[in-house]
Amino acid sequence: MYEALDQWDFVVAAYAVGIAGTLGMVAWAWWDMRRAEAKRDKVKRK
Amino acid sequence: MHGFANPTRFLKLAKWLTPLLLLSGLVLVAISLVWGLYFVPPDRLMGETVRILFIHVPSAWLGMGGWTAIAISSLVYLVWKHPLAAISARAAAVPGMVFTALCLATGSIWGRPTWGTWWEWDGRLTSMLVLLFLYFGYIALSQAIAREGVSPRIAAIFGLVGAINIPIINRSVVWWNSLHQPASISIGKSAIDPAFLVPLAIAVLGFSLLFGGVVLARMRALLADFQAEARVRRMALETA
Repeated sequence: MYEALDQWDFVVAAYAVGIAGTLGMVAWAWWDMRRAEAKRDKVKRK
Repeated sequence: MHGFANPTRFLKLAKWLTPLLLLSGLVLVAISLVWGLYFVPPDRLMGETVRILFIHVPSAWLGMGGWTAIAISSLVYLVWKHPLAAISARAAAVPGMVFTALCLATGSIWGRPTWGTWWEWDGRLTSMLVLLFLYFGYIALSQAIAREGVSPRIAAIFGLVGAINIPIINRSVVWWNSLHQPASISIGKSAIDPAFLVPLAIAVLGFSLLFGGVVLARMRALLADFQAEARVRRMALETA
């Protein structure tokens, strides 16, 4: 049976998943690095 | 190489290299994705869905590249016992896992309109799924090792053994019948039209720079946690 699919829906979904996943990972890595380095500097000052 | 195994020298280098890699990666990824969405023509066979190429291919490349980095770092750790090599292996695990998951997700989204199915248990897809499970196992193992404070030797051996899956993924479309197309790019040859190849090259470069930046950020975080814990332990010993 022929099924009409709008190809753009799949393109947009793939881009949304890819961009959200990548930006989420970059933001988490950056935030976690800043947190760890701030903690180390705080301990060093004691 | 041994010179950069010194944590102080590494941190000096990583301090300016991390934001540089992340920012240049973000710019190149943005350029390639806008190019892929708006300026690339639809493909003769795949139509508009060909645009998924610019996310799916870099994700696949970095999913496999992440485990290759783990294997090389593990080998360096086992041979030379550099603690920084064990840290770099651990740092490559999460970005490698994220890109493997993105490769599977975008491939599944691409498969539905192209093949008529979200998933097929063929060699390429299954070996990529095995890679994702290997990442889960490696991350759980290395976290448990760090928590217990034991040698990262077992994680390094796991990283080396798991690398057997990388050539299997690469050759899967040759060894088994697959819905997945065979490799379009090999050394010195490409079956991809330049209209797609140029933005694809920019996307691969951009995502690779992002991967490098995230690995450096993870290494800095793991190293800082290690240094803070060592300092706290030393202070506790001094006051005891």
